[in-house]
Amino acid sequence: MNNTETTKKAQEETQKTERISGSEAIIRCLIAEGVDILYGYPGGAIMPVYDELYKYKDRIHHVLTRHEQGAAHAAQGFARISGRVGVAMATSGPGATNLITGIADAQIDSTPMVCITGQVFSHLLGSDAFQETDIVGISTPVTKWNHQVTKASEIPEVLAKAFYIAKSGRPGPVLIDITKDAQVAELDFKYEKCTGVRSYIPIPKINIDAVKAAAELINAAKKPMIVWGQGVILGKAEEELKAVIEKAGIPSAWTILGASAIPTSHPLNVGMVGMHGNYAPNKLTNECDVLIAIGMRFDDRVTGDLKTYAKQAKVIHFDIDPAEIDKNVKTDVAVLGNSKESLGLLLEELNENTHTEWLQEFKELYAIEFEKVIKNDLSPTKEGLTMGEVLKQINIETKGNAAIVSDVGQHQMIACRYSEFNKTKSNITSGGLGTMGFALPAAIGAKMAAPDREVVAIIGDGGYQMNIQELGTIFQQKVPVKIVVLNNEFLGMVRQWQQLFFDKRYASTEMTNPDFVTIAKGYYIEAKKVTKREELADAVKEMIASKNSYFLEVCVEKEDNVFPMVPAGASVSDIRLS
Amino acid sequence: MNQEIKTLTISIYTENNIGLLNRISAIFQRRHINIESLTTSQSEIEGVNRFVIVVNITEDQAKKIMGQFEKQIEVIRAYYHTDEETIYTESCMFKIKSSLLFEEPQIQNIIKDSGTRIVTVNKEFFVLEKSGRRNEIESLRRDLNVFGIMQFVRSGRISVTKEEMKITEMLSAFNNQ
Repeated sequence: MNNTETTKKAQEETQKTERISGSEAIIRCLIAEGVDILYGYPGGAIMPVYDELYKYKDRIHHVLTRHEQGAAHAAQGFARISGRVGVAMATSGPGATNLITGIADAQIDSTPMVCITGQVFSHLLGSDAFQETDIVGISTPVTKWNHQVTKASEIPEVLAKAFYIAKSGRPGPVLIDITKDAQVAELDFKYEKCTGVRSYIPIPKINIDAVKAAAELINAAKKPMIVWGQGVILGKAEEELKAVIEKAGIPSAWTILGASAIPTSHPLNVGMVGMHGNYAPNKLTNECDVLIAIGMRFDDRVTGDLKTYAKQAKVIHFDIDPAEIDKNVKTDVAVLGNSKESLGLLLEELNENTHTEWLQEFKELYAIEFEKVIKNDLSPTKEGLTMGEVLKQINIETKGNAAIVSDVGQHQMIACRYSEFNKTKSNITSGGLGTMGFALPAAIGAKMAAPDREVVAIIGDGGYQMNIQELGTIFQQKVPVKIVVLNNEFLGMVRQWQQLFFDKRYASTEMTNPDFVTIAKGYYIEAKKVTKREELADAVKEMIASKNSYFLEVCVEKEDNVFPMVPAGASVSDIRLS
Repeated sequence: MNQEIKTLTISIYTENNIGLLNRISAIFQRRHINIESLTTSQSEIEGVNRFVIVVNITEDQAKKIMGQFEKQIEVIRAYYHTDEETIYTESCMFKIKSSLLFEEPQIQNIIKDSGTRIVTVNKEFFVLEKSGRRNEIESLRRDLNVFGIMQFVRSGRISVTKEEMKITEMLSAFNNQ
C-alpha cells in the first residue's frame, strides 16, 4: 500500500463504528487514551464496567485499593511521577465521596487525573436511591471539569474531553459520573481523541513584549532572585530553567512542589521558600530588587504576610494560568504561557551575568542556618534520633536518586528540606491541601508508574494510620515500595504549634500507637524497628537493598521542632531559627 | 488600586451546559460575595448562554473573580461593567384585588402616571407589569402597597453594554483554533 492508501485505511479504521455496551466503550476509551493501569474499588453502580474490565484484564491492570481515597491518591502518585493522567474508579454514593479528598488534593496541586464513578439508574436520579449522591454537585468546587453521563452514546466524546481537559494547560482532576443504564445500554462506538474545546484556551499565547520587559528588568537587576514552582516540572522546563539560572547567575529557590526540578547540589540552588523553608531565601525575599516567580502561585505558606512580602522588589510572574496573575501578589511584568517556551524565549534575551556578592549573602545566611539548625538536625549530639538524620541516611543509601513520597506534617518538612534530589519529579507530596494519609497510597502509584526508581515513602505515625489499610494493596500487588515511619508518638506539627503558640497545651495530639512492625508483618511485609542511633545506618541499608516492599519504623525524638519557621501570618523576613 | 465598593454588572458568556450555575455561584460563595440579582438566558449567539449578575464589590475584587470565571472550562468570557457603562432594566409584576381597581380610583392614576401595563384583569384580581430601573419599581411598589398587594415579583437585572463586547469575534477565533 502506498502512503495515501495507508492513511485512508487508518481513517476508515477510526471512522468504523461498532455496536458495544457503554461499559465496554468506557474500557475502550481508556485503552485509546493509553491507560494501562487504574486504581479503584468496585460496587453496585459500577459493576458493569468491572465486568468488562475482567474481559480486558490483559490490557488494563486494575489495582484494588483498600479504600477509594487510596485509589485517588495512588492515581495522583502515578500521575506526579509519570506526567501521565492517573485514573481512579469507584462506585456511586460512598465510593464516589471517598474519592473527594484525593480529587481536592489533585485540584490544588494541579495533578492530571480522571475519576470515573458509577451512578444509579438515570430514572432514579434525584430520588434518594440506594447509594445515590449528587457527586457532580459535590465535586464541582474541586474539579477542573466534571460531567454526568446518562446516555451510552455520550461516553466516547465525554471521556475524550475528560482526558484532554485533565492533561492540557494547567492540569487538574476531572470527574465523570456514569449512570448504570448508560453503562448497560449499547451504542455505536468510535473513538476520536479530543483536540480542543471551544471556550477553553489551555495555553495562553506568549507576549514577546512581556518576555522582553522581563529580560530588561532581570538584566538591570543587582539582586535578582528566582522562586520556581511545580509549573516548571509540569511544563517540562527543567533544562530551560537551569539554563536561565546559569546564564544570568541568579540565586534560585523553590516552593515545596517545585522541589527536584533542579538538583539540590546546584550552586545556584539556594533552597526552599515558605513557612519551613530555608533561612536565606525567605529572609532575602525582602531584599531582592527583582523577584522572578516561575510556575508558582504565591501560596500563603510561601508569602507569609502579603503586606510585607517583597515590597521592595519588581515582581515578574511566569504562569500558564491567567487567574494566578495579580491574585495574591501584584506583578510588574506578567508572562503568560507554557514555562518551557517562555523560559526558552527569556533565555535568548538575557545577558550573561554573575551576582557573586549577592549570592554570597545567601551563603552567609546558610552558614547561620547550618550552625543553628541543620547541624543539629543532620548530625545530632543529643541522645534521641532526629528525623533529619534518617533522611541523611536515606540520601546516602539512595545516592539522591530516589523519589521521596512524603505525607503531611513535620516529617514532610524535614523530607523536603533534607532530601537530596538529583532527578526531577522526585518529590511527591501533598502541597496545597496538606492531606494526611496521602503518602502510603501515592507511593504505590509512583512505584507502579516508575518501577525502575527507588520510591521511599516518608510518613509520620499520624498520617500512616490514616490510610494504613493500603498495606494490603502493597502486599497483594507486590509493589516494592519502601515505607519509613518517623514515629514521635505525636501529631508532631500540631504539637509544635501547641508548644509555640498554645502554651504547651497538647490537646489531643499525643498518640498511643500500635506495634507497627507486627501490623506490617501481618500484611507479610518485611519490617524492622529502630530505636537507637547505632542501628539506623544498617537498617536503612537493609531496607534499600531489599528487592521487596519494606517497612521501617524509626522512633524519633518525641518533642523535636522544625525550624526555621515563619509563624503563620508573619513576614517572611521574621523567620525564626529557634 | 480601586478599592471603592461599586454596583457592578457581571456578564458571563457560557456554553449552554448543565452545572455551570453551580460552578459560577461557588466562585461567589467562596469569596463571601453576595449576589444582588442573577438572570440567565440565551444570548445573541445560538447555543451560548449569558449570565447577568449584579454584585456590590470593588473593581479589584471584580478583576480577580473574572479570572476565576474564565478559568472554568465552559465559560467563554466574563466581563464586568459599572452602571455608567451599561443600559439596564428590571421587570416586575403585581397581583392586586380587582375590587380595588374600582374602589380606589387613585390606583388608575398610578398605573397611568408610571407607564405600567395591565397584563390581565378578571373577577378576583388584576396583574400589572412594569419594566424600569430599581428605583422606579420600588416607588411603584410603595405607591401600591398602601392599597394591598396580593403578590409581587421582580426579575434580576438585564443589561447590555454601551461599548461593544466583541464576543462573536472571540467565538469565531475559538472555532478557528
